[in-house]
Amino acid sequence: MNGGAVLLAMILLPLIGAAVVALMRSSPVAAKATGLGFALVELVLAAAAWSGYQPGGGRLQLTLSVPWIPAFGTRFALGVDGIALVMIALIGVLVPIVMGSSWAEKLPEGRTPAGFYAQILVLESMLVGVFAATDVFLFYLFFEVMLVPMYFLIGRFGGPRRQYAAVKFFLYSLLGGLVMLASVIGLFVVSGQRLGHGTFDWAALERIASTIPTSTQIWLFLGFFVAFAIKAPLVPFHTWLPDAGAEAPVGAGVLLVGVMDKVGIYGFLRYCLPLFPAASRTLAPLVLVLAVAGILYAALLAVGQSDMKRFVAYTSVSHFGFIALGVFAFSTQAQAGAVLYMVNHGISTGMLFIVIGMLIGRGGSRLISDYGGVAALAPVLAGMTLLAGLSALSLPGTNSFVSEFLVLIGSFPRQPVFTVIATTGMILAALYVLWFYQRVMQGPARGAAVVGALDGPGAATAPEAGAHRKRIDFPDLSIREIVVLVPLAALILLLGFFPQPVLNVITPSVGATVTEVGLSDPVGQGGS
Amino acid sequence: MLGFLTQVQHVTAPAVDYGAIAPILIVFSGACISVLVEAFVARPARWSAQVALTVLTLAAAGAALGMHLYTRGATPLVTLAGTIAVDGPGLFLWGTLLALSVGAMLLIADRTVEPGGAFTPDAAVRPGTTADRAQAVGTIAHTETTMQTEVFPLFLFSLGGMMVFTAANDLLTMFIALEVLSLPLYLMAGMARRRRLLSQEAAVKYFLLGAFSSAFFLYGVALLYGYAGSVQLSRIAEASAGTDRPDTLLFGGLALLIIGLLFKGSVGPFHTWTPDVYQGAATPVTAFMAACTKVAAFGAILRVLTVGFEGTRWEWRGLLWGVAIVSMVIGAVLGLTQTDIKRMIAYSSIAHAGFLLVGAIALTTQGLSGTMFYLLAYGFTTLAAFGVVTLVRDADGEATHLSQWAGLAKRSPLTAAVFAFLLFALAGIPLTSGFTGKFAVFSAALADGMAPLVVVALVASAVAAFFYLRVVVLMYFSEPAADGPTVSVPGTFTTAAITLGVVVTLLLGVVPTFALDWAGLGGFAS
Repeated sequence: MNGGAVLLAMILLPLIGAAVVALMRSSPVAAKATGLGFALVELVLAAAAWSGYQPGGGRLQLTLSVPWIPAFGTRFALGVDGIALVMIALIGVLVPIVMGSSWAEKLPEGRTPAGFYAQILVLESMLVGVFAATDVFLFYLFFEVMLVPMYFLIGRFGGPRRQYAAVKFFLYSLLGGLVMLASVIGLFVVSGQRLGHGTFDWAALERIASTIPTSTQIWLFLGFFVAFAIKAPLVPFHTWLPDAGAEAPVGAGVLLVGVMDKVGIYGFLRYCLPLFPAASRTLAPLVLVLAVAGILYAALLAVGQSDMKRFVAYTSVSHFGFIALGVFAFSTQAQAGAVLYMVNHGISTGMLFIVIGMLIGRGGSRLISDYGGVAALAPVLAGMTLLAGLSALSLPGTNSFVSEFLVLIGSFPRQPVFTVIATTGMILAALYVLWFYQRVMQGPARGAAVVGALDGPGAATAPEAGAHRKRIDFPDLSIREIVVLVPLAALILLLGFFPQPVLNVITPSVGATVTEVGLSDPVGQGGS
Repeated sequence: MLGFLTQVQHVTAPAVDYGAIAPILIVFSGACISVLVEAFVARPARWSAQVALTVLTLAAAGAALGMHLYTRGATPLVTLAGTIAVDGPGLFLWGTLLALSVGAMLLIADRTVEPGGAFTPDAAVRPGTTADRAQAVGTIAHTETTMQTEVFPLFLFSLGGMMVFTAANDLLTMFIALEVLSLPLYLMAGMARRRRLLSQEAAVKYFLLGAFSSAFFLYGVALLYGYAGSVQLSRIAEASAGTDRPDTLLFGGLALLIIGLLFKGSVGPFHTWTPDVYQGAATPVTAFMAACTKVAAFGAILRVLTVGFEGTRWEWRGLLWGVAIVSMVIGAVLGLTQTDIKRMIAYSSIAHAGFLLVGAIALTTQGLSGTMFYLLAYGFTTLAAFGVVTLVRDADGEATHLSQWAGLAKRSPLTAAVFAFLLFALAGIPLTSGFTGKFAVFSAALADGMAPLVVVALVASAVAAFFYLRVVVLMYFSEPAADGPTVSVPGTFTTAAITLGVVVTLLLGVVPTFALDWAGLGGFAS
């Protein structure tokens, strides 16, 4: 089987699935089961793509390319490198889990699960497309179109302020995308001047990259940068994420924070660095300042959040700072760490989002202060939360530790100052995770969401009195919820102790990226 | 006296290439026959006769156009003593106009969405009187099945005028075409069945401002004639190449001429008629105006600038940069504040006119083909959008206030989905024709060194996206109002028109190659 066909199938299959699911409006259970079925087949395809990829082989593999719009020099061209492959694998893993966790989600009145599952599948297709595209035009296309299903997911199925959040999300992203479009067109025009005919082919553009004057590169870089910085998001372009993350239904939130935001970092790696090497070197300090500022600023805000979903969103912004630091440190080790971090963050934050969704599903409130002592009532839920939280604070033995350590150790030789400042972010991470866990899980059962606020006014404010009337309906995890969480928990531990298979896929590609920027690894460091 | 007569006999009739201008002749013949139908066919049979005649005319004109392209290709030629040019862009725009008028004709002919049709059976009835209310709701027996079928000949004359307008190779022909296309539109704007006062106000406003703009145009033609001694575009171009004639006449003339054209294309700041006329006219007429007038106006702008004034582009282009920016900003920003869906689309059309102007002033082959592709794409999208507007109704006719669209997705998911798709196309989201068009236009502008203008255009696109999104939010995320409008089951005609628009919008977004190739078929004849 031609490798590129797998990628094409991974884009088409969810779309077909979405159409089928959307037609099953009248029978919710069948719709959900069908959606899950399609997502599992997609996972199998992702596994096939993984096994078809040769680490250390060509720069882009599993390629497929057919002419599309000759007048624009664009082709329908797919292909993956190690970086894109791990992201596609992450999508394959997360979507079935997201579907499982959304199985019993309370949707706003009048909304059917069929619509929800169909939109998730459309989103999956677009996300695979954005990582698999090797034509800049095609990438831009997926980059913009993937907003539409997410917009509907937030706006139709989200929390109370979903309209505001959906529009804010869409406009921020669209503005970034349109600024990027200026650069995409500019790249096309510049390639026309260099090659005689404009092209969007990534490999061809990468070959002429070093011949473009630095000043032109900087303008083009900035266009892409704005889009990716909004998407990633880097401080100060991040303000849409807490709103979108908080109002999105849990399933969509996992894909938003876990996968879609990674498109920003992925864009830096695949487009900014190789296509504008001189500009990347020149402007790296700018990005590093934003990254490190983001690590600390978002971590401080995370400490102060009262809303659990906003809390997760801010921890993510902080983590994205680490990832951006790794990318713009320009060493194989740091970039490999950054890419691994992208995967790990998807897993650990995805899990954190899901367990918090389960908490909210039981308590009916998003406020941290409405919870307390949950561990006594739901020990499995508390344990899962702790595991996800420890992974978020990069405890050794969890997956995030490996990646964060690689980022810091790889960044230090070239950027010692930024790295040292970033390290303090780890302390803040311990603070916000543990304090969150302590407030929500430990101590006696308390809080309006845990002990019945139904008992009348004053119950929530008098925890001692409420503690004696434990609400019966704060059950521990059901079998379905455990089944949903176990794969994520297993991945956290597995990648914590044994990250090498993933690193083997990533490292050759990031090595090539570092070369494309025109730098070699700092002395004493090779590819791991 | 005798000498004068012999002189007259020596005037030889110009050679006419009948094959090349057959589409125009067919449309005008159809229009004339249509007038006769109006005069001689009995009232009950008129509607069917007119619809059949119009369909036949459009089909025959399309066939003639296809025949010409098939046998002679897009080789530029000039006929009728140099007054009409038949060339690649002209043929593309003719095709675009004919295709768009099929859609517009379908909307105009529909009699099921609004019982009896969107046009008043008796335009002379005073608004607000009992008779007016009766004709609006169709309680008078004969109004239920009839409407004012004069709209069909007016429609055909206007279409013929537009076709000549895009092919006119000298300014006097262009002026006559301008009048032929405009006068029927003024009348059509005043013929809405409902809200007669608004409709009449629209007609008067359009007529007065249109007359002013025609005067500007004509004054410009006079100045240019004074400058070049000819009204032919190619002569003006020759005259402006390295002479010591006074530039005041040239640029004064160009400015006045362009104002007249920009007015027709509803480019800001010459746009003030657009929202009122779009709102007041019957929606099928608005659709026709929005789609086809824009094509005609920009076709003429492209021809005038490319053929007549390419040599002096560095003198005037800066000013048109400014006009494009003003138009985009006015359209995008004022569109945000609109509460009426038709006015909102009107402001959107002003923003789109700005985008079109960005491509039109590039004056490269890419700019030309990109702008023409944009016209085709935008025309079909806006046509379908107005088609959907005709469907959302309450007891007083169309429910055009935005608040009435709340929760539409719940009541009629298909209508809402179609409209959302069209709005995304207007916003320029990829996989729709709107994106392909924007890409074509902006890449041409950037290649021609207009990067700052492109950035402004993209920011304006982002601002404009907000008001499109607002409608999507209303339709999908809001709860429907208790006494909200219902969605009519569209008749065959409106269904066909909307389907046509949606299919073209999707096709031009996914596989635009065919249309792009056709738009790049060749340059202007000179």
